Amino acid sequence: MSSAAAIYPVEGVLLVSIRDDITDTDIVDLQDALSERIADESANGVVLDISGLEIVDTFVGRVLAQLTSIARLLDAETFVVGMRPAVAMTLVELGMYLPENRTALSLTHALAKMRQMRDE
Amino acid sequence: MPPSALENVLDILKTDQDGVLAGWIEVADEEGVKRSDLFSEREGREQAASLLKAFRNGISERTDKDDFDIQAEHWADLRGVLGEITHERVERGVQPSEMAGFVLALKGPLFSRLKERLAKKPEQLVEEILIASKAIDAFAIYTNEVFIAEREAVIERQREEMMELSTPVVELWSKVLTLPLIGTLDSLRAQEVMENLLQAIVHYQAEVVILDITGVQTVDTQVAQHLIRTAAAVRLMGAKCIISGISPKIAQTMVQLGVDVGEVRTRSTIRTALTDALLTVGYAITPIKNHQEGTLV
Repeated sequence: MSSAAAIYPVEGVLLVSIRDDITDTDIVDLQDALSERIADESANGVVLDISGLEIVDTFVGRVLAQLTSIARLLDAETFVVGMRPAVAMTLVELGMYLPENRTALSLTHALAKMRQMRDE
Repeated sequence: MPPSALENVLDILKTDQDGVLAGWIEVADEEGVKRSDLFSEREGREQAASLLKAFRNGISERTDKDDFDIQAEHWADLRGVLGEITHERVERGVQPSEMAGFVLALKGPLFSRLKERLAKKPEQLVEEILIASKAIDAFAIYTNEVFIAEREAVIERQREEMMELSTPVVELWSKVLTLPLIGTLDSLRAQEVMENLLQAIVHYQAEVVILDITGVQTVDTQVAQHLIRTAAAVRLMGAKCIISGISPKIAQTMVQLGVDVGEVRTRSTIRTALTDALLTVGYAITPIKNHQEGTLV
């Protein structure tokens, strides 16, 4: 796996940090690696930190939605955090509202929300 | 055919410029286009003289024989003078028809002189009058265009000012923002609203955003689409969006238009929206115990 994306285990969830220079191949690799990790560590949550991402296209948008669906099949809730205003506007412009994805402002918010969900 | 079909016009302008000028101003005055309340006689005379001079220069440099094109290079000088005069007069409140009338008044003195000169050559007379008339008409139309451009610049400036004034994002409570929308929501403004709102979410680390449309006069499919998109972008940023101020009438229109707001929360008043928003961030507005009416705590 390349350095364009890294997976860290935090509080029983997997934090995925995506850098701006991520390529399409990297994303496909990431999808692979992440599915393995979720299954191996039976993580119950995934946080995709895309605060480093400045440019998105439909491919990235689709992969974000796919990662969420994959994680859900493996019984893990996914949060997308740190989306930049420009990225949000672009995705909406492209018609990708990502209805499947849960979103949060930051990692802290996402972890709090996950804890809350678990408690309920 | 002589090299320049307007050679007599040119000659008149060269030899009798003062006469034409005096005649022009006289005709203009007679037709009531003189506005002594807006600019002095001397100014009017100076403007007319500079216009006439530019006209003369334009004709002498003229290369196109039959076609008259005001956008041609040799008319650049004249366009400049016309634009300047028009600009000055617009600022003083002269009407476009008056400005056009002023330019068209040049025809009278010019044509009467042409008639005297070419009395024995009716064919050439008609020819020159035709071309000169075409030219002067084009000048009048040009002043109108300048007028419209000036007005449009004013409208554009006002629109920009309105845009700046119209998208204030207010922090109501920590993590709660509101954006009161007023007036009409076109694509450009919707874009501005979305940009400001998303930036504010990052800045205030807001969790809930109330989009208040009490001040929006009409909601059509396009406006609804903008609202839904803004709400979607807010959600992607990780905040919640509540649309408030949906009047019964707007609710009816939206349903009739078949607008589906999806999962966006909607509230009829900003009051209920605020209660909702505060609840989301863990606060509640409660009455004070033993409160005395009128006391400031």
